[in-house]
Amino acid sequence: MTAAGRGGELAIETHGLSKRFGHQLAVDGVDLSVPKGSVFGFLGPNGSGKTTTIRMLLGLAGATDGSVSVLGLEMPDRFREVLPRVGALVEGPAFYPFLSGAANLRRLDAADPHAEASTRRARVDAALERVGLTHAAGKKVRAYSLGMKQRLGIANALLSPRELLVLDEPTNGLDPQGTREVRSLVRSLAADGATVFVSSHLLAEVEQICTHAAVMSAGRLVAQGTLPELRDAGKARIRLVTPDAGLAEDVFARLGMTPVGGRSNGALVYSASVGEAGVQAGPGQKAGPGGRTDGAAPAGGEVEPEAIVAALVAAGVRVRGFAVEQGSLEDRFVALTGEGFDIAQ
Amino acid sequence: MTSTDGAVDVRAAEPPSGRPSSGWPLLASELTVLFRRRRTWAMMLALAAVPVLMAIAVRASSAVPPGRGPAFLDRITQNGLFVGVTAMLVCVPLFLPLTVGVVAGDTIAGEAGLGTLRYLLVAPAGRVRLLLVKYAGAAAFCIVAPLVVALAGAGIGAALFPVGPVTLLSGDVITPEEAVVRLVLVAAYLTVSLLGLSAVGLFLSTLTDVPVGAMAATIVASVVSQVLGELPQLEWLHPWLFSHYWFGFADLLRQPIAWDSFGNNALLQAGYIAVFGALAYGRFVTKDILS
Ligand SMILES: Nc1ncnc2c1ncn2[C@@H]1O[C@H](COP(=O)(O)OP(=O)(O)OP(=O)(O)O)[C@@H](O)[C@H]1O
Ligand SMILES: [Mg+2]
Repeated sequence: MTAAGRGGELAIETHGLSKRFGHQLAVDGVDLSVPKGSVFGFLGPNGSGKTTTIRMLLGLAGATDGSVSVLGLEMPDRFREVLPRVGALVEGPAFYPFLSGAANLRRLDAADPHAEASTRRARVDAALERVGLTHAAGKKVRAYSLGMKQRLGIANALLSPRELLVLDEPTNGLDPQGTREVRSLVRSLAADGATVFVSSHLLAEVEQICTHAAVMSAGRLVAQGTLPELRDAGKARIRLVTPDAGLAEDVFARLGMTPVGGRSNGALVYSASVGEAGVQAGPGQKAGPGGRTDGAAPAGGEVEPEAIVAALVAAGVRVRGFAVEQGSLEDRFVALTGEGFDIAQ
Repeated sequence: MTSTDGAVDVRAAEPPSGRPSSGWPLLASELTVLFRRRRTWAMMLALAAVPVLMAIAVRASSAVPPGRGPAFLDRITQNGLFVGVTAMLVCVPLFLPLTVGVVAGDTIAGEAGLGTLRYLLVAPAGRVRLLLVKYAGAAAFCIVAPLVVALAGAGIGAALFPVGPVTLLSGDVITPEEAVVRLVLVAAYLTVSLLGLSAVGLFLSTLTDVPVGAMAATIVASVVSQVLGELPQLEWLHPWLFSHYWFGFADLLRQPIAWDSFGNNALLQAGYIAVFGALAYGRFVTKDILS
């Protein structure tokens, strides 16, 4: 029951992908399924293995174990056919500081044997315009600011029409306008039918642009699916305003719901797994920190909101306000990857 | 960008056409980057400064006693074209290997250090193609560097000293035009001499992400090779050192030209290219690009 569920083809597919650095398993048995046409958010705290996974997808690093196929072809064996159709930003931009922005792009474009030399200048100019760097095109990259380099890195990924874009933290260092531009750029690329694979730890960003997401934690894939699936697998919250708090708490306890933060502003806040979309457990979740995923849900079941209200009313609770609040991706992310600030080893 | 109905419109992506271009655009780009780079110009200027300083020094001093200083130095005053030969002779042990070490050591490690290596490979340049292009770039520098010394020498020599028929080591006399051809031949000899060192540098460059380390290691290799070549105890090793024929270009200054050392040198350097090229290939195609 993975994201591939829609029956479409997969732009990226990995099986048991692993990478070992010395004693450390930086990536550990990752099974990614990125559907064609999706905007796929690749989430995870620092050091969780996102960039390492991306390096293996692009054939930069060899996998210790497992397989990778990109656009339906095995990587790294078929890189000659795959990579010209893929635009990438890996671990930040990198350029020749002594060349201008445009000269840098021309050089990298010349490295692609499928790139038409006759259209090179035009394509470079178009890419620069797309990221708003036209006026800085002739400036040496040495004199670029962090955000300008980041934009140039994105322009490099857009030099040719691409079927897949792999963007490792594309908004890193960008100003609010730049961030918005990148978001709308990603949307327009997706609208053109490209698949966009973005790694990020900016959850708000992922919530805004992604259709699918996966969460990495300490090298393992702990969740994967469409955004609604991921959110719903997190806990929904019930907010109840009532003068009969004691009675209501009994009812909630009977339904197997747990309190979240007790009373706030005179309202009771309880958490529960609420019906409709249902709980989605991706295959990666078995790897999740035990019990956390559906800790508050009654074992194996969901509670319909209307059933909660009915039970409350039947118990004589005066319901003055009742709301179901969707779990945010952030709740889910923290639940999956832990609260701790320290980098997991 | 018009927002089309999403999902299936893949007009953006035509699959790569059947016939990818050869490596020429990448080679052209490599040469442009190499020879537009200020560092390359600085090295070439430094090389050109050797004959210029030498010629000025000789001109300023009244006379060079025969047999003192580098070979041919005393002949400069009689014929300016000798500045070129003398300067090349002076540059062989250190200056030329130094500059070639910088260029060859920088080939892969320099890209890795900047991080551009990952973008070249994702483009995708192809690891073998990139290695070949990088070596070709270093080889191009090996062509240019001795020529710079030779031509700067001939130029400054012609400016400061008389130019006339040249007496060769064999005693024969050739015209100045023929002498320039010989000068270029000597430069070509040095080019061949430096190709083996370039292959060593290319291999060392695949071992690290720190370009300065690869450059230093390459330069050290050239010094070690020459030092070993000086030790009589290691006589058996001498024919295998890449610097063994470095000073053998005097044969090109005889009439008729003796091509033996040129041929032997070429064979030895080809051996180094094959061995270290294979090592560089073995290392680079399996390397994890983590820079
Ligand atoms: N070259 C390397 N040698 C050894 N270990 C490495 C190397 N590169 C990465 N690692 C380790 O692999 C793990 C994953 O690193 P990776 O760069 O993939 O993380 P990430 O998810 O991209 O983090 P961030 O959000 O900070 O970019 C880390 O624990 C890191 O220490
Ligand atoms: Mg990273």
